[in-house]
Amino acid sequence: MDNETIVGTSLWKDAWKRLRRNHLAVLGMWVVSAIVLASIVGPPLIRHYTGFTYDYIPSDPKLIKSFPPFRAPDGSFSLQHPMGTDVAGRDILARVLLGGRISLMVGIISTIVSLIIGTAFGATAGYAGGKIDEVMMRIVDVLYAIPYMMVVIVLLAFFGGQSALGQLFLLFVALGAVSWLTMARIVRGQVISLKNQEFVLAARATGVSTSKIIARHLVPNTLGPVIVYATLTVPSVMLLEAFLSFLGLGVQAPLASWGSLAADGIQNIALFPWQLIFPGLTMAITLFSLNFLGDGLRDALDPQMRKG
Amino acid sequence: MLRFIVRRLLVTVPMVLVVVSLTWGLIRLAPGNFYTGEKPIPPAIVENLKAKYGLDKPWYVQYGRMISNTLHGDFGSSLKYQGQSVNTILKAALPVSATIGLLAYLLALTVGIVFGVLSALRQNSTLDYTSMAFAMIGISLPNFVLGPVLVLLLSLTWYMLPPALWGGGRHLILPVVTLSALYMAYIARLARSGMLEVLRSNYIRTARAKGLSEWQIITRHALRGGLLPVVSFSGPALAFLITGTVVVERIFALPGLGNYFINANLNRDEPLIIGIVAFISIVVLIFNLLVDIAYGFIDPRVRY
Repeated sequence: MDNETIVGTSLWKDAWKRLRRNHLAVLGMWVVSAIVLASIVGPPLIRHYTGFTYDYIPSDPKLIKSFPPFRAPDGSFSLQHPMGTDVAGRDILARVLLGGRISLMVGIISTIVSLIIGTAFGATAGYAGGKIDEVMMRIVDVLYAIPYMMVVIVLLAFFGGQSALGQLFLLFVALGAVSWLTMARIVRGQVISLKNQEFVLAARATGVSTSKIIARHLVPNTLGPVIVYATLTVPSVMLLEAFLSFLGLGVQAPLASWGSLAADGIQNIALFPWQLIFPGLTMAITLFSLNFLGDGLRDALDPQMRKG
Repeated sequence: MLRFIVRRLLVTVPMVLVVVSLTWGLIRLAPGNFYTGEKPIPPAIVENLKAKYGLDKPWYVQYGRMISNTLHGDFGSSLKYQGQSVNTILKAALPVSATIGLLAYLLALTVGIVFGVLSALRQNSTLDYTSMAFAMIGISLPNFVLGPVLVLLLSLTWYMLPPALWGGGRHLILPVVTLSALYMAYIARLARSGMLEVLRSNYIRTARAKGLSEWQIITRHALRGGLLPVVSFSGPALAFLITGTVVVERIFALPGLGNYFINANLNRDEPLIIGIVAFISIVVLIFNLLVDIAYGFIDPRVRY
């Protein structure tokens, strides 16, 4: 057992060293951390200094209009609204940061949901092997071929819209439930290559139960590829969430996500382009950094695994 | 080979039925109905509406009718588009979506493969770095940002292209580019990594040792293996492309299947939803089958 821990840490240390040498991945990590930090501490800070919140609509009717970035109502330079305001006079920066909270939350929680389903499914199929494996993987193939987003759209359109929080919960489940397929395939492949190795045989010989072998010995060893794929799942889930919110089926007002902010912004693109540009750009930068980080992690943790 | 195709085609039918049943079940479990709109309808009229669309029968009769409709390829009449059958709507909307989708698909494949392969052949060159940087942007830039930004620049600032609506020709350019960007980027990355892997393999070294020209090595040997990841992605890509089409049709206000699908969902127009879901599932499943067959021709290791 002691021996295993030592080998484990050196693998992670090695990976860390490789990751640090990849400048783009490091930059991605910094940018992602900065955006996460900004969306956590940003809203209370803005509220403290300027009094604006994501749903604060000014009481003066003259202020209920869309101001360009860095412009005060009289047209002079001002730091009050670095991203301008939307048609209701709300501060776009505050809304983009709230959108960041929600988009990142949806991305992370749905990825965790997909991680749990995918790992359990893939590990079981890979370990069981034979007929069970074949049937389980056929199910995955079948689900792959289905345009599942259509079913998700139906689900959200018919069950959503009750409450903002209920809608969020629905999003977590729906997006998690459709993005576990690749995870299941990766974990299965790993488990198949691991299950015939000596340490599994030793565990079986000492009478460890099947479920314990899967949970204690096989799953931890698949961690590398799983982390890599999870990092790459976060941006793709965020993109799906943005699609749905853009179509009006995702996050509901008064909450906002980057997708729903972009959908609002597109209405007035000719007159007030900043309403689309800022949420869109923030989202693109975040996804860009997450993808670079994911790519870097993949190269660092598993130089052999080169997909996409 | 023939047995494989027949078996897969036979599996397609129950799979479509599963998807359709799932959708139908979701619609039926949900609260509310297509006639629960803003304005309340008198109960007598509700009864008449129910009788007209067969909604007064027990659920298993309705389910049976829906399945039988699906098997016959006739989905009945739309609940919201007055006097139009679902099939008429499908027939009208399909050309729009199919044109955009196919053009985007072809554009993504050509540009993606060309740049992916060139990047692999000139690894670490300026071309490689620029095309991979563009590919990364393509993967990270949501199409609902890319589309409007293109509209803003090309249509509203420089007046080069029409900003929206369906009109063929020049109206196609912006939607097709917007839709294909993500897949183009993805395919370029897949083609590059696939080619890089193949170029390092033993059989390419053998081909070199045999004294073949670089051009022959690439066209005869490397491309076949190197593009396998692209081929296997091109199946699921179609399913993803359909998701993208929904958004693009929304941005450019195109009367395609995606736009009808969203409206049908908002209107709770059950026959139209079922019709579109069934139709798209069939298309996607058949396309996946074609991809699998193509895979067998390209990869000599695959046996059916």
